Amino acid sequence: MDDLLQEFIAETRETMEALTGEIVAWEADPSDRARLDAIFRFVHTVKGSCGFLDLPRLARLSHAAEDVLSAVRGGERAPDAALVNAVLAIVDRIGEIVEAIDQGTALDDSGEELLIAALDGKAEAEPAQPSAVSMAPRAPTRSVRLSVDLLDRMMSGMSDMVLARNELARRLREADDPAVEASLERLSLTVAEMRDTVTRTRMQKIDALFSALPRMVRDTAAGLGKSVALSIEGADVELDREMIEMMRDPLGHIIRNSIDHGIEAPADRRKAGKSENGSLTVSARQSGNQIIIEIADDGRGIDVDKVIARLAATGRNASELRALPEKAKLDLVFEPGLTTKDEVTGVSGRGVGMDVVRANVEQIGGRIDLSSQRGQGLTTTIRVPLTLSIISAIIVGAGGQGFALPRQSIEEIVGIRDDGSIRIDRLGATAIATVRERRLPLVDLGALLGLAAPDRGDPRMLVIVGVPGGAYALAVDDVLDNEELVIKPAAPAVMAPGVYAGQTLPDSGRPMLLLDGAGIANAAGLVFTREVAAEPANEDEAEPVMPALMFLDLDGVRRAVPLAVVDRVEPADPHDIHFTAGELRLSVDGRIVPLAAQGTLDGREGVSILRLTDGASDIGYAIAEALDIADLPCAMTPAREPGPVAGVVAWRGEQIEMLDAHWLFAEHVRVASDGVARPICLLAGREAGWMATFLRPALERAGYRVATALKPGETAALTLAMDDDAVTDNAPVLRLSREPREGADTIFRYDRAGLAQALARHAAGAR
Amino acid sequence: MADLFLIAEIAGRPVAIASDQVESVVDIGEVVPVPRADARVRGLAALRSRVVTVIDTRAVLGLNGGDMQSRAVITAIEGHHYAVLVDALEDVTPCALQPLAGGIVLDPAWRPIGCGIVELGGEPVLAIDLRAMIPGLAVAA
Repeated sequence: MDDLLQEFIAETRETMEALTGEIVAWEADPSDRARLDAIFRFVHTVKGSCGFLDLPRLARLSHAAEDVLSAVRGGERAPDAALVNAVLAIVDRIGEIVEAIDQGTALDDSGEELLIAALDGKAEAEPAQPSAVSMAPRAPTRSVRLSVDLLDRMMSGMSDMVLARNELARRLREADDPAVEASLERLSLTVAEMRDTVTRTRMQKIDALFSALPRMVRDTAAGLGKSVALSIEGADVELDREMIEMMRDPLGHIIRNSIDHGIEAPADRRKAGKSENGSLTVSARQSGNQIIIEIADDGRGIDVDKVIARLAATGRNASELRALPEKAKLDLVFEPGLTTKDEVTGVSGRGVGMDVVRANVEQIGGRIDLSSQRGQGLTTTIRVPLTLSIISAIIVGAGGQGFALPRQSIEEIVGIRDDGSIRIDRLGATAIATVRERRLPLVDLGALLGLAAPDRGDPRMLVIVGVPGGAYALAVDDVLDNEELVIKPAAPAVMAPGVYAGQTLPDSGRPMLLLDGAGIANAAGLVFTREVAAEPANEDEAEPVMPALMFLDLDGVRRAVPLAVVDRVEPADPHDIHFTAGELRLSVDGRIVPLAAQGTLDGREGVSILRLTDGASDIGYAIAEALDIADLPCAMTPAREPGPVAGVVAWRGEQIEMLDAHWLFAEHVRVASDGVARPICLLAGREAGWMATFLRPALERAGYRVATALKPGETAALTLAMDDDAVTDNAPVLRLSREPREGADTIFRYDRAGLAQALARHAAGAR
Repeated sequence: MADLFLIAEIAGRPVAIASDQVESVVDIGEVVPVPRADARVRGLAALRSRVVTVIDTRAVLGLNGGDMQSRAVITAIEGHHYAVLVDALEDVTPCALQPLAGGIVLDPAWRPIGCGIVELGGEPVLAIDLRAMIPGLAVAA
C-alpha cells in the first residue's frame, strides 16, 4: 500500500505541476474546452485513486469538483468567475493535502466544507492562501522518478558491455590462461546479474498493474452491494514500465465502470437467470508486436439506445446517431461527458470517464475496442504497442539465417516421423501437414522469405504456430536455440513486409529479426475461421459420419462424393464425350448431360461416369473407377479456394478429398436439359422470327423455354414483343425497341446486359 | 551563409550531405538480410548495441548491387537509425547550398534525392537528402 501511496503522491505532484499552466489559462478564458478537459481529467483521476487508497478527504473534494466541472462540460452551468475560483481553490487544496500526506503531518480540514459549498455558488471561495505546509521542505521519498531516456541509455550501455565481454572472452580463450579465465568468469557473472537488474529497471511484469485489482474490485463491489468474482490471466507478461504506469488509470476506470454500470445488482442478475456473483476477467497476452489487455464482464452490456438518448438530450441528432453502424454506436460511449447511469455514484461518477480512458490509451499509441452483447456482458480490449520488451523466444533457422519466434505463439515443435503420425502430404500443389490426426496448413519459412527454393524436398522440422482462429505448421531447417531477447521496434521499411514484429541484438552481436506468427500466416495467404479452429473432437465421442462413395479420379487422386447425390455409376465410351460450347458434355440416351472432370480423358479406353442428381437436374462426373462406399467423418478441412473439391477428410490415416456437389451443380447446371418444366417465354409480334434466331440462347440461359405459339393448357410466364406490337396475352410483357432510347420502359434489342437483367428480374418473379 | 557538408562518393559520383543529417560515419560489419523487404534495404547491422537498418544506395539509384561497401553514414530519422552505404568519404567542408536552377534537370534516378548544388573548389557537387533515400517513411512534410 505504501508503494501505491508513494506513486499516487508523485503522480499527483507531477500532474499538479503540469496543470498550473492549464489553470492559469482556464482562468483567463473559462470557455476554453481543452483546458477544462485537462482539469476535469485531473480531478477525475485523483478521485479514482482516492477511493482506492482510502483518502476520504481528497475523495470528497475531488468528487465535488468533478461534479461541477461535469456540469460545465454538459453545458448546465456557465464557468463564471466564482465557479472558476472555487474549482481552483479545490485544486490548490488537493495539492496541500497531498504534500501533508507525504510528510505525515496533519492538515486542518476546516474550510473544506466552505470550499465545497462555494462550488454551488452558496459561499464565496477565498483565494487559496499558500499554506505553511507547502513551504516546508519535502520529506525525502524512497522512490525516485527517472526519465525514460536515462533508462534507455543505461540499457544500451549494458548491452555494449555484454558485447565487449563476449569479445574479450573470445580473445582470452585463445590465450588459454586459467587464472585469467577464472577472473573473466567472475566478471561475466557480475555482468549477467547487472544486466538482469538494469533490464528490470525498464521492464516489469504486468502483475505490478494487476496486483492492486483484487482489492479494488472487492471494495468497489462492496460499496455498491454487488458481489464480483475476479479472475486474472497472464500476470507474468512483461511490459515496459512506462506503459504500466500509463495503463494504471485507464484500467482502473474500465474496471470500476464494469462493476458499477455493467454488472447488475444481485436481484437483477437472478431475474436475468445469471448467477448472483458477477464475473470479471482481466487478461494480458502478447500478440505479434502488441500487448493485448482484455477486460471482460458478464454484465448487461452497453445499452446503445440509452447512450443515444443521452446524447440526444445534449443536443445531438438522434436519428443520425441511430443510423450509425453498430460499432460506431458502441464507440459513442467515448463521447466526452456521457453517462448511461441515471444516478451519480461515488464509484465511477457520471462522466464514466471513457473519453479520458481513450485519451490516455491513445496517448501511448494504443487502441481501445469494445465488444458488447446486450444482457451478456462487455469486453473491452486495449492494445498497446510493444515498444520494448523482453520475450522468451525460440530461434529457428531458415535458408542459413536465424530468426526469432516468440515462444508464446508456439504450440509445439515436432520432427517428421517415419511412422506417419507426423507427415507432409500434398493436396494438388499445396503441402499440408498432419500432426497426430490434426491437419494443418503448411508454410515453408525459407520459401516464404525467398531464402530457399520452394521445391527442395520435404522439411524435417515443423514448428506449430498458434494464431487467432487456428494454427499452422511452419517448416524450418533447424531449431537453433532458446533465448531471452530484448525486442526493439524495427524501422518502417523493415516492418513493411508484415512478417516481422521487431528486431533484436542477441549476445552473438548479429542482429536478428523477430517473426510475427500471425503476419506470416497472412503473407502465406492462410485464412482461419473459427470453425476450422475446432480441435479434433473428443476421441470418445462418436463423430458424425456421412456415407460417401470413394473413387479413383482421372488424375489419380482418391476422392469421395456424398452418396446422397449419386444417382448411379455407369460406364461410358470416351467418344461420347466432347468439349462443345465451352464445356465437356456427354451424349447419353439421346440427351446431352454436362460433364465435370478433373484430369484428362485422353488415351483412355473407357471411363466411368458418376451420374449426380439434385432431384431436378443431373450432371455427370467422369472418374477412372469407383472404389468403395464408406462412412467418412463429417469434419472436413475446407479447401483454400472454392472449386470442385470442398475440402479434405481424414479416413483411416489417409486424406480423402471430398467433392463439392454444390459447386459442381452451380458450375454446370446453368440451363438444365430439356424436359424439365420451365417457364415459357412467348415470342409474339412481327419480330418473333428474329427473336427465335437471335434471342433464344439468352432466353434459355435465363431459364425459359422459348415458344412462338402456346399449346392448349400452357400459359406464358413472359411475353416478349417489340414496342409497337399489340399483345393480347395477359402474361407480363417485356418490350424491345429497335433504337436505343433514354429512360423508356423498353429495352434496346442489342443491349445484352439490360436484356439479361430484365430477364433475370422476370425469371425471379416467375418462380 | 555556409553550412557544413560531408563530401562522399556514391555510385562513383561525389555528393554532399548536410552535416546536420549525419550522426556519425562508420565502417559497418556483417549485414543480416531482411527477406521480403524493399530492395533498398540491404539488411540490418549491429552498431555497438544498436541495430541499424542498412540502406543500399546503389539500389536507391536503380543500379545493381555493387561490390560490398562497408563505409556508411549513420542518420537518425523518426527514432530509427539508418546506415546509408557510401563508396568513399572525403571531407567535411563548409559550403553554401544553392538551388538546382538554371534549367538543370537531374536524371530520374537521382532526381528524388538531389536537393541542391554546392561549390567545391570551383566544381559543382550535388547535395543529396538522406531522408529521400529511405523507404517506408511517411511522405516528407
